[in-house]
Order: sequence, then structure tokens, then C-alpha cells
Amino acid sequence: MFWQALLLQAGYNATLVTVGAALLGVAAGAVGSVMVLRKRALVADAMAHATLPGVAMAFMVMVWLGGDGRSLAGLMAGAALSAGCGLLTVDWITRKSRLAEDAAIGAVLSVFFGAGIVGLTVIQTMQGGRQAGLEGFLLGATAGMLWADALVIAGGGAVAVALVWLLRRPLLLVAFDPGFAETVGISPRRADLILMALVMAVTVIGLKVVGLILVVALLIIPAVAARFWTDRAGAMVWIAGAIGGAASYLGAVISTLAPALPTGPIIVLLAAGVFLVSLLFAPARGAVPAALRHRRVRALRQAAP
Amino acid sequence: MTAFLQLSLTPLLIGALVAATCALVGNFLLLRRQALLGDAISHVVLPGIVLAFVITGAVAAAPMLLGAAAVAVAAVVAIEAVKRLGRVEPGAAMGVVFTTFFAAGVLLLEQTDTSAVHLDVEHALMGNLESLVWFAATGPGSLIDPAALARLPSELPRVAAVAVVVVALCWLFWRPLALATFDEGFARSIGIPVTALGFGLVTVAAIAAVAAFDAVGSIIVIAMFICPPAAARLMTDRLGRQVAWSVVFAVVSAVLGYMLAGYGPLWLGAQDAVSAAGMIAVVSGVILALAVRFGPCRGAPRRG
Amino acid sequence: MTVALSVRGLTVAYAQNPAITAVDADFAAGAMTAIIGPNGAGKSTLLRAVLGLVPRRAGEVAIFGAPLARVRGRIAYVPQRASVDWDFPTRVTDVVQMGLYRQLGLLGRVHRRHRALAEDCLARVGMADYATRQIGQLSGGQQQRVFLARALAQEADLYLLDEPFAGVDAATETAIIGVLKGLRDAGRTVVAVHHDLATVAGYFDRVLLMNGRAIAQGPVATAFTPDALQATYGGRLALAPTAGQGVA
Repeated sequence: MFWQALLLQAGYNATLVTVGAALLGVAAGAVGSVMVLRKRALVADAMAHATLPGVAMAFMVMVWLGGDGRSLAGLMAGAALSAGCGLLTVDWITRKSRLAEDAAIGAVLSVFFGAGIVGLTVIQTMQGGRQAGLEGFLLGATAGMLWADALVIAGGGAVAVALVWLLRRPLLLVAFDPGFAETVGISPRRADLILMALVMAVTVIGLKVVGLILVVALLIIPAVAARFWTDRAGAMVWIAGAIGGAASYLGAVISTLAPALPTGPIIVLLAAGVFLVSLLFAPARGAVPAALRHRRVRALRQAAP
Repeated sequence: MTAFLQLSLTPLLIGALVAATCALVGNFLLLRRQALLGDAISHVVLPGIVLAFVITGAVAAAPMLLGAAAVAVAAVVAIEAVKRLGRVEPGAAMGVVFTTFFAAGVLLLEQTDTSAVHLDVEHALMGNLESLVWFAATGPGSLIDPAALARLPSELPRVAAVAVVVVALCWLFWRPLALATFDEGFARSIGIPVTALGFGLVTVAAIAAVAAFDAVGSIIVIAMFICPPAAARLMTDRLGRQVAWSVVFAVVSAVLGYMLAGYGPLWLGAQDAVSAAGMIAVVSGVILALAVRFGPCRGAPRRG
Repeated sequence: MTVALSVRGLTVAYAQNPAITAVDADFAAGAMTAIIGPNGAGKSTLLRAVLGLVPRRAGEVAIFGAPLARVRGRIAYVPQRASVDWDFPTRVTDVVQMGLYRQLGLLGRVHRRHRALAEDCLARVGMADYATRQIGQLSGGQQQRVFLARALAQEADLYLLDEPFAGVDAATETAIIGVLKGLRDAGRTVVAVHHDLATVAGYFDRVLLMNGRAIAQGPVATAFTPDALQATYGGRLALAPTAGQGVA
């Protein structure tokens, strides 16, 4: 069963879900690299948590309009809307007050998430709300995903990957040296806006696969792991994409075998495993090779005189 | 009256105590630019609690407190290690560690048979403030009736004890904490053990988070670590007053949030209450928003 | 003289306090001009305002007779000390290739001639041997030279440099001035904020003396006079240098 799932032979639907997850992982790794290099890692966490009230609201609106409320595209639209509000609120707090960005991030994260929880309890009391299954958005649930939902995820992931590829040069230039970027005619503000839009896209696409609590991990961990293997930003983006893609692919496969487990934590732990290996053993920046080099230098120095 | 004693008094007290305790510690986290450490800690206590459950096989306060504090300290060490060994920037290092710990905690929880006890991910996130009722209360007389008092929810004495400990520690270490927070270099130069103090603060935050977590869930913990102190910062430029404001804001959030969650839907014609934990977080957010807009010391930062 | 950069009535203020007020200045094409003045005179602000990096309160800037937006590709700027993340995953040669951004655009392939150009620019600043190092592994002076190489790769007509010799060793200073003179001899315009009065005459053709506003400008021989320096630095300059052999 594992091998069938791994080799994409566990059925049409499972295959699409797995491919979708992998594309999402590649997009998250690539977008996450730029984000980490631009030092925006935790803003993404605030945005991810801020999706919850949007999801709840979208569900209620769709039910109110007579729909079934579980349409993934509709929920994603709501999530994007409230994530955008969360981002604007972080910006508003840091602009209007003396509070540092980390305080604004923490405030938005907890307050929006709290509002989302209030929304979920409202939905639970609605007719048919108990079967809404919105809890799957907290920690991800790929098992038994609908064909249409998987299609949305795969398509969204592919578009995000394409956009990173298209815009990698200005985005990385702004991440390295915003002052220089401005002198060659790239607006850092606009580049940051595009970056945050991409982060939002990955977050929203990742809701169903990784869940909103852990989607930030899929953005950060592959990027940080990739940094150990290369000194080139362009390479880092795609190494991170490969790590994120592999972890998500494998995570989705494992999830088809153990449908009771939430998918998000599985994917995150797989990525964390890659991170740990990179931290310890990557040739250029890993801890073990560095310690070995250090010892060799010392031995040489002692042998010299 | 009896209904209030039975259903509302204990959740209100527990909520207010938890909120005030977290806000108290949060002031120092905020000023030390460690606001998100509270967020990280409240994520990593989950594996600690689950681990304690797996080892002892019971939902008992002491081992869980120990387990969570131990894991929180381990997480802080891990964050430092990732920063130093990997030359990873602080925000990303924190993101790597706390999400990994949380993911591990969730999987451990899902793999463990906790059907007999009240321990699941949703409970960990949202708590269940509404369930901390005092059915032994029969009237105002119960407040002085030892038999009834003995049947108060066990969470109440626990959070009260932690609150007392945290207040005492803040009072005792007020001066060095204030100094080390404002000017670390100077504090070091006059012999204040700054590193140990920082570690102590994190440990206290972890203990506050664990005690609160069990009763009210992690959202309130994160919100109370950050929102009341942040709002308080915009009300005054003096540390003592900031701490006082933050406690007031925290208690107001807890009381108002609980009331709105319980009675708000009734006013709107709905029948069921909504999540009190979520509502308390929302109220603290509203207070913060008002402070950002109107606080006398909101002072936009000077840039460039 | 042909004017490469012309500034008329330029005023810039940070938070209500004017940094420069109604500056009028012309920078000759094909010449090396030093901008001189005490700390806080607004020298860096002038460059940054010309580049549109700080909003201007009033005034006009014309570069080769055109507004900034139309001539961005003809200007290169080297800040005093690049405020970048030195741990960023980028090698020395990648930094230099960033100077080709306007040529390459979003998707243009990096061809062999682009790599050759980057290597040539590195060689001109004496950094060819460091091409594959990560940028953070260089010393401060070496980093400064790399950012100059990036500006060279831009193949601009107007070079704006903010204290290119601040905090660099003597070897780097010699290398940089050699490169700048090479640019001038190839007909490019060089404008640099400069601090060391003793080397003005040896390094530059023209000067702009300023302190919040423009005080004197012209060829070193006629504008770099004790009187003008006195007017620029006020009483702070105890020893007024004579033209051509300044003493700081």
C-alpha cells in the first residue's frame, strides 16, 4: 500500500492529492526562501492564524446564501480576505504606535485566531454546522479530499511556483539590498507587496493540506534547511522548493495510509528531519563538518612548530 | 444568584487570574522584544503535557507542569542552538523550533489513547473555561462552607497559586528585571546575572502558560502575554504604571469576554454561547486597537 | 561646460528639520567633482535626493537634461556602507551581476559575456581572486570594492559615490581612485562625497562646498579657497588651507 501510494498508484484521487501537496510544498519552499531572506518569517505566522475568522465567515455566508458552505474555493477566498486584514493590521499597529513588529504580530495572531474560534463555535450551533469539518483547516487533512479541492490546490501551487520563478530576480535583489534595488528602478514596497501576496497564496492553498497552525513551518523550515547547502540565493530557492515538495509528497502519501492522523504535523516533522540533517551534516555550514575542520586546523597548528 | 455562583463565578475568577498572571509576565517579554516567545512557549507546552501524560498515564497537575516547563526550556535551548549553530536569524529559528515541537506534540497526542481523559488538540487550543463550574454551590452561604469550597474546580486553586508565585517573583526581582530590560550592558556591569534572569523569566512564563493552558487553552495565553501589555505600553511611559494598566486590561478582557461569550448571543437572539476563550482574546484585541488609536503615549516610532 | 547633473532649488527635510535648503548646483560632464562640507551638511542627502531615495520638498533635478525616471539606466550609486545582510547567500560575483539587472530584466539569460563583464569589473577593482567567496567573508574595504564593481557593471554615465574612501585601507583607496580616474578618462561623470580636504586637489577636478546650502562650486583651482572653506566650516576649521595644498 505504501509503495503504491508512493508511486502514485493508489487511485486517481489520491494521486492528484499527492501531486497537489507536492506542488504546494515546492511553492512554499521557494516563496519561504525569499520570505526568510527578507526577514518576514513570523509575519507569515500572523497571516496564517488570521485566516481562521475568514474561513468561518465564508462558511456562514455560503450557508446563508443557500450553499453547503464547504466549497474549498469559497473558504479560501474568505481566508485570503481575513489574512489580508491581518497583514494590514500588523502594518497599522507598527505605523501608528511605538509597538515593535513582533508585538503587533503576536497581537494579530492571537486576536484573529480567537475571533476565528468564536466563529467556529457559532458554526457548531448552526444546522448542519457540526459536520462542517472546518477543524481540518487547523492541522490539515488530505485523506479523502475531493477531486475539485485537490485540483484547486494543485493549480494554485503551480501558479505560485511559476510566479516565484518569474519574479525571483527583483524579489531577491530587494531582499539583499533594497536601497540598490530602488536605484535600478525596482520599488521595494511593491516587491514586498508581491512577496506578501505570494506568502498569502501559499498559506491559503496550504490550509487544507498543512493546516493554518503549521503552514508557517512549511514556509520557514525548508528555506532555513536549504541555506546550509548553498551560498547562492537562486540555488537556495530551488533547494528549499525540493525539500518542501519532498516533505509534502511523502507526508501526503503517509496520510493516505493513516487517514486518522492530521497531515500537517507529518509534513512538518519530515521537513524538520531534513533541517536537522542539514544543520548537522551539510558540508559548508553544517555543525559537524565545521567542528571537524576546526579540529584539523588545530591539529595542523600543533604539528607545525 | 445561585446560578451565577454555580456557573459563572469560577470561570470568571479563573479567567481573570490567568489573564492577569500572563499579562504581568508579558510586560517584561514585550519590553525585552521577546513578545513572540510567549507564542512559542504556548505552542511547545503541548508536547510537554502529552509527554507527561504518556509517562504517568494520568492527567495530573504536577507532572504536566514539570513536563511542560521542561519542554519549554528545551525549546528555548533549541532556539539558541539553531541560531548559533546554523547562523539562522532569530525569528526564523523560533519558527522552526516551535512548529516542530508543536507538530511532534500533536502526533504524539493522536497516537496516544486519551479517550478516557479530556485531552485533545482542540481542548489545548481553546480550553474549556465554560466547563469549570461549581455545582456544589447552593447559595451565598457556600462561599464560607468548607464542604462546598472543597468541591471547587481544582483549576481554581492551581491558577491562584501560580498567580501568587508570579506576583511574588515579579515583586522580588522588580528592580534587577527593570534594569536588565532597559540596559543589559549596564546591568551586566554592575553584576546582575542578566542571562540567568532572562532564563528565569522564560521559565516563569512557561509555568504561567502551563497553568493557564490547562484551564483556558493556549489562545488566551498568547493573547494575554501580548495584548494587555502592548495596550498598556501606549497608556504610559512609566514601567510601574504600565504593569498596573496591563493587569487592569487583562482582567477587563477576561470578565467582559466571558460575559459577552455567555450572554452576547442571547441578546442577539441566538441560543448557545460562543467560545469564551476566543471572545476574551477578541476583547483584548479591541482594547489594544483603542490604545493604538487613542492611547496618550502611543507615539509613532521614529524611523531612519 | 556640458552639465551632466543639474540641481535647482532642491530642498529636503527630515521630520520638519530641513537637511538641505534651496541647493543650486551643476556637475560638469566628464569631470570628477567632490562634494565637501562638515558633518550634517547634507552631502549624502543631496545624493539620495538626486536618486529619489528621499522625498524632496521642493526643487528640480535634471540628469543629462531629463528627469530621473527616464535616465535610471545611466546612473550608478555606491552608498557609504551598503546596509545589507552580510550573511545573505550570495557570492561576490553574484553581487556584481546584480549591476546587470536593468540589462537582464526578469527573464534574460545570464550569458557568458555577462559573466565576463562581471569578472572584468572585479578585476578592475583588484578583486578577481575573490569572485566565488560569500560576500560576508570579505573585509570592509574589500566589500566596498565589490560594491564599486557592481556600479561599474551598470556601465553608467553618471557615478554617484557616498564617501568611497571612508574606512578603507590605503591600498583600497589607491585602487578606487584609479578606477574613478579611469571612468573620467573614458568620458563618464563622477560625483563623490569626500571628507579628506588634503586629497581634494590630488583626486578631483571640481568641488561643491556645501553646508545645508550650496556655498561655492567650480574648478578646484578657483573654488577650493580658504575663504570658501571658512564660509563652509565656520570657525571649526582652525587651519585654513591654501588652494591646492589643503590641510584638514
